[in-house]
Amino acid sequence: MEPLSWTGPWGAWLNPLLGLSVAGLVAASLLALVLSLVSAPVRRQSLPDGTLAARAGLHGLADLAGRAFLWLTALVLALYLLLPLLLPYGALGILGEMSQRFLPVWIALGLTFGLSIAFKRRLGLYGKLFDSTIGMAGFALVMFWVFIALFAGLFDLIATHDPLTALSGMKNKVPGTPLAMAGDGVYPHYLLGGDNLARDVFSRMVHGSWIVVQIAPLATIFAFLVGITLGLPAGFYAGRLDTVLSFLANLILAFPVILLFYLLVTPEMVQTGVPAYMAMVLFLFPIAFFGVLLNARLAPRPMLRLVVLAMLLLFGGWLYLSMVSQDGTPVDFWPDALDLFDVPGGILVVFVSVVFVNAPTVFRIVRGLTMDIKTRDYVAAAQTRGESPWYIMLWEILPNARGPLIVDFCLRIGYTTILLGTLGFFGLGLPPDSPDWGSTINLGRRLLSIYPHAAMVPALALLSLVLGLNLLADGLREESLKD
Amino acid sequence: MIRFLLSRLLTLLVTAFALTFIVFFLTNLEPSLEKIAKSEIGTRVSDAEVESWLDRNGYGEPMLVRYGEWLGVVPGWTHTVDGEVVAGRCELPGGTVETSAFCGILQGDWGWSTVFRRDVAEIIGRSLALTGKLMFWVMMVMVPGALILGVLAGMREGSKLDRSLSTVSILTTATPEYVSGVVFIAVFASTAVGLRWFNGSATSAMEDATFENFTLPVLTIALYGMGYIARMTRASMTEVMTAQYIRTARLKGVSFPKIVLRHALRNALIAPFTVIMLQFPWLLNGVVIVETLFNYKGFGWTLVQAAGNNDIELLLGVSVVSVVVVLLTQLISDIGYVYLNPRIRVS
Repeated sequence: MEPLSWTGPWGAWLNPLLGLSVAGLVAASLLALVLSLVSAPVRRQSLPDGTLAARAGLHGLADLAGRAFLWLTALVLALYLLLPLLLPYGALGILGEMSQRFLPVWIALGLTFGLSIAFKRRLGLYGKLFDSTIGMAGFALVMFWVFIALFAGLFDLIATHDPLTALSGMKNKVPGTPLAMAGDGVYPHYLLGGDNLARDVFSRMVHGSWIVVQIAPLATIFAFLVGITLGLPAGFYAGRLDTVLSFLANLILAFPVILLFYLLVTPEMVQTGVPAYMAMVLFLFPIAFFGVLLNARLAPRPMLRLVVLAMLLLFGGWLYLSMVSQDGTPVDFWPDALDLFDVPGGILVVFVSVVFVNAPTVFRIVRGLTMDIKTRDYVAAAQTRGESPWYIMLWEILPNARGPLIVDFCLRIGYTTILLGTLGFFGLGLPPDSPDWGSTINLGRRLLSIYPHAAMVPALALLSLVLGLNLLADGLREESLKD
Repeated sequence: MIRFLLSRLLTLLVTAFALTFIVFFLTNLEPSLEKIAKSEIGTRVSDAEVESWLDRNGYGEPMLVRYGEWLGVVPGWTHTVDGEVVAGRCELPGGTVETSAFCGILQGDWGWSTVFRRDVAEIIGRSLALTGKLMFWVMMVMVPGALILGVLAGMREGSKLDRSLSTVSILTTATPEYVSGVVFIAVFASTAVGLRWFNGSATSAMEDATFENFTLPVLTIALYGMGYIARMTRASMTEVMTAQYIRTARLKGVSFPKIVLRHALRNALIAPFTVIMLQFPWLLNGVVIVETLFNYKGFGWTLVQAAGNNDIELLLGVSVVSVVVVLLTQLISDIGYVYLNPRIRVS
């Protein structure tokens, strides 16, 4: 097999085209930028006779050129994605083959966007997201990685090789190197090269996304449940409870995050069981949250309340015990026959420490929002009706704080992703051969100045996911401020 | 004002006390002590040997007593063989050991680092000086850069310039230090790309910092913090630009640059000031990553070494310094906010 170049033989045609359209786009945007410095923006105006007037002169020209070049660039990029489906293997080089591997992702993304845009007026805040360009770009980036993770993690598509197996002769090979010993049914190239243990960088990146997509959102949800359960009463009752809880939150926040990670995640600490005990406490909060939530709502219907709470306690408690009790740790009391699952080594510890770091910030946000909202009239009305304090907190205050909380949730998933990467970067928690992005960057950085691809690929992957989440949060904020 | 300051200082002391106790507790658990002993006398030793080594070196006493020794409220431990004191916590420079003497942090004795085999105070002093140098240059790059970005973006909300600059600041906040550092090294310092403009290691910058060996670490930290401050500046600038007095100035016919520079800027910079001060704890995180990545032996590098080797007293010293830095900057930002904004009075 021949080595693949980045864009292959067809790239000779497509690359200049792309270069031209991007250059045009940049020039047009720069022109518009300079013009916007000189004079205030004038949007499309409606004239008294009922017609619309576009912007005239240089302004209008820059706008028009910008839009034209944007479409041209999008068209060329679409060619890069679609042509490899029709052309023989390797005609569009590494990019073409990667795009072909991502085919299920493109289909899923297309379906998601098509359906969402078609029904966007009926989908509430999620639908409004498709009115903002920034929000759509962010959503596309996030869903790109989510779909990659799902297809790779659940159906074993997309990845070309096993992320943990080394193939001989592939150590530190540059992107596009053919396998030294190709066999039948084995993918013939390392698309993004090999790392210093001769494993496929592309497949490791793909499988790394599955670890992030599993841990980051779930850990953020847990951090939110802890923060909300403690922040609502702290803001609502204020007084001594607030003083104590705020002091504890500030105490955790005063720790340098990395010191905290070192203290919690090292093997000696895992041996003592401190993280396991912390898990016992932290995982109680979701059950408490949903228990109180339903209890407050169903107070007028005692029979139903009894049934629902019993079900919650039964199933929630079962999940809780299976989650908390792990074989081979100091907390192992639950009979294996009833244990639904065991979280693989290290992941529980990482999960707990990430929740622990995030929860105090969420607590402070919720507390601040509660203090603001509890002075509103509808809270006073509910108090006059004789509603219980928890009903007011969970069913009057919390829904009205949802806007800022949703935005912060998106940002916080991004921050959690960064934290997971930090853990990997310092070699903490996850096993050293784990394909998660932080550990891969950590492995790759030792040979960074000679073979940059092994560290660059996961670094750019992490960057694009976090960027997507931040753009998504920005779009959501913009759209939720509109009403 | 005095009462406010006193209560804040009291909170600082209580926080530092609680935090050091947690660190002490977590670093003194059984397996961690065993690790220290094994790193001192070799890994293939029996449990009894480990036990006796721990006893001889003062780790045998109850944890609370030893925390008191570190604080300086309990006399330091001594180890006697045949009625003669051979080792102890309060060792004088000559090698003699004082008995029943207090030598804890209250007496100004920060303890002994088992990794570097030096006084903790000396190590922390030197590494803080190095990190101070790094932070100075980070501030010099980050603060003006962020303020310019924010003011330019915020002066005309919704314009093309605003959109592009806001996207830039989102991009920088989405790039953690270990990503931007890796990308910078790969692009500007690797043989693979060929742009060998800067050094990929800042070890030589400890002695004398040059443009070549200090640019990449400074830029890496500055970029991550820059976006956040720029966004805060933009928010406060857009708010100020819609204020009544700005509209009055415009109606009077004052030119736009003059409005921005003379009328809006001062009021728009109050909020970013607090944010800049509150950035210190975050920067501390970045410092740890960047110093590890660029091998610059400052405070963050020391933290990683201490934590990785369970160097108890060094780790305690590092925690004390960082908690004081975090809480002092919070205090300064509160006080500064009051001085800059006459509408707020501390109550």
